Amino acid sequence: MSGLTTRRTVLAGSAASLLASPWVAKAEANTLRIGMQSILSGPIALLGTSSRNSLIIEQDRINTAGGFLGRPIEFVFRDSKGQPQEAARLTRELVNSTGCELLIDAEASSGSFAVQEVVRDLGVACIHTNSETSSLTADPKIRAPTAFRVARQGVHDAVAGSIHLADYANAKKLNKWATCSPDYAYGRDTTAQYLQFFKQFKPDIEIVGEGWPKLGQPDFTEVITKLIQAKPQALFTLLYAGDLSAFVNQGNVYALFSQMTVATPNVDYPVLAAIKNLPAGIQSATRYLETFPDTPANKEWGQAYLKRWNERPTNWSWQNSVAMHFYEEAIKKANSLDAKALAAALTGMKINSPFGADGTITMRDDHTMVGYAIGWGQTTPKEPFIVDVKAADWGKIIELETEWKKQQKYI
Amino acid sequence: MDLDALGSCLATPACVVTQTTSGLIVGMLLFLVAAGVTLIFGVLKIVNFAHGTFYMLGGYVAYTALGVTDSYTLAVLSGTLAMALFGALFERTLISRFYGANVLMQLLICYAVVLIFDDVVKIVWGPEFHAMGMPPAFQVPPFFIAGGVVPPFYAVLIGIAALIAIVLGLGLSLTRFGKTVRAAAINPQMVSTLGVNTTVLFATVFAIGGGLAGLAGALAAPVRSLSPGMGFSILIESFIVTVIGGMGSVAGALVSALLIGMVRGFGTIGFPKFTDGLIYIVMIAILILRPQGLFGRRS
Repeated sequence: MSGLTTRRTVLAGSAASLLASPWVAKAEANTLRIGMQSILSGPIALLGTSSRNSLIIEQDRINTAGGFLGRPIEFVFRDSKGQPQEAARLTRELVNSTGCELLIDAEASSGSFAVQEVVRDLGVACIHTNSETSSLTADPKIRAPTAFRVARQGVHDAVAGSIHLADYANAKKLNKWATCSPDYAYGRDTTAQYLQFFKQFKPDIEIVGEGWPKLGQPDFTEVITKLIQAKPQALFTLLYAGDLSAFVNQGNVYALFSQMTVATPNVDYPVLAAIKNLPAGIQSATRYLETFPDTPANKEWGQAYLKRWNERPTNWSWQNSVAMHFYEEAIKKANSLDAKALAAALTGMKINSPFGADGTITMRDDHTMVGYAIGWGQTTPKEPFIVDVKAADWGKIIELETEWKKQQKYI
Repeated sequence: MDLDALGSCLATPACVVTQTTSGLIVGMLLFLVAAGVTLIFGVLKIVNFAHGTFYMLGGYVAYTALGVTDSYTLAVLSGTLAMALFGALFERTLISRFYGANVLMQLLICYAVVLIFDDVVKIVWGPEFHAMGMPPAFQVPPFFIAGGVVPPFYAVLIGIAALIAIVLGLGLSLTRFGKTVRAAAINPQMVSTLGVNTTVLFATVFAIGGGLAGLAGALAAPVRSLSPGMGFSILIESFIVTVIGGMGSVAGALVSALLIGMVRGFGTIGFPKFTDGLIYIVMIAILILRPQGLFGRRS
């Protein structure tokens, strides 16, 4: 009996499969694939995994609302392991072999510059969601016609941070500073930008030491002891994710943070959670904070992410979410997936967003977003983790960014 | 290049103590990994490219064991013993099948193991970094010698690694087992002919090597982020140590690991933009003067 049932079941299943297969195939063909490659393993995998988590939430939201142009969307995720050549290879593979029609480049800057050249070559629509190195879009020679950045930019953070740190340094009489940043484009360029603006607002600061550890370096001892020898009053660091966690843990061994004040724009919720003995009073930017902007929409988004993934979002999470909102609006406006049409629609577009300083975010003509919330405060070991947050002045940011672009001969 | 800063550091006791401590901790952890690489090569003539995996897994096992036992000592022991067992299994099930095989085949097998276990770590512990955190006993301020900073945790780590170096050195030179291992390194066929069970001997050597790498991973876990693929960076440096010290020489591994540690410690002051390059310059210089390495035998 059971054998008969099994045979019948198998036969019925086979027949159903034969009948259904064209529909299944059609549904698969109708699905809009969006390629995303990022760092999904290693010390800074947090960058990729928190981006991916956010995109999965967006995928569900968009598909519930009917997809893009009536087509359900599906992300194809790939791990570049933080290797630029692998990021470039994966980008080509996602478009040429996997059939992705849109791209989310969630690489760090080390990979995004490589991806940018592939995008220029393929002419596909791409949004960079994690690269903060300003020149990616600010330099007209590097900017690509169909590539946009929905990520905070080093020069914006540098202006906002420098104003805050200059005020703080004046109040605390901190003139001797040291820096410690990752030794690649983002670390070098953004540190230089911070120092340029910092010196502009506080001309009497002196840089007494520099540390340039490699991305993913396991041991920071030599950097830490060098910083101790330099005897700065304060340290500015652009280390992030696992590197920042390891640096703080190794710095604690040397009581580094009792010897100097620390400032960083790169403290995110999961890093705060992973650092077991977080020193209080680190001057920190709000990369993502549920309480800044202090709006119901922002809190609701943060809580929804926490409920879905049982961990808090990062800066990269909200950036990827905003990227999908930009795609959504641009596709509606262009009524097309054509890269050139999307580029025209995206340029100058303003969308409502819980992460905007005034509730909106704008995609500027130079293919980078502006108007997102930037604040600086100080860390505290318990919720809300960063307190006394002061919002940055976007008018000042744009003014000084324009000056910087002129100095770089970008405009 | 900042030779003034280096000169100024060398003339200041506080700087010398701080940077020497920095060099010692980097060097001693490197020694624990490199000692296994050199021991395995010395006896088995296998270049174990998967050795970084032992280091990585040692750290992860210790991380899990700490969560279960709440004891750092038990965590370190777990990481060490688990990797010793893993080393023996690795030798018996895989490596033993490739003795005498082309070095490219050995490389391929080891590299496959590296990739497989990187993925295993991602599945078991997740792709993101983990931080073990400092054991409460070591959450104390550093002490000062001549004004130089010495962290108690690092002092203990250096002490443990030094003790291992002494035990390893004495064990190899004074015990029957050590003499057998040294004999096997020179003529394994003769050792086998004399009735020594080389199957057990080779597995034991791999277990010791794996255990040492696991110990290094477990000892470093409180201060270094744990992440898939973390074994790769230490593997490269441990090979440099092995080559400089002389392939197969444990004493050479100790001296060259300390040399690399000091180059890192003081190089960061005098050659801040060329510290990594400096290590390779030192390696090239030594190999030009002594192609067999500091303690290696001429073949």
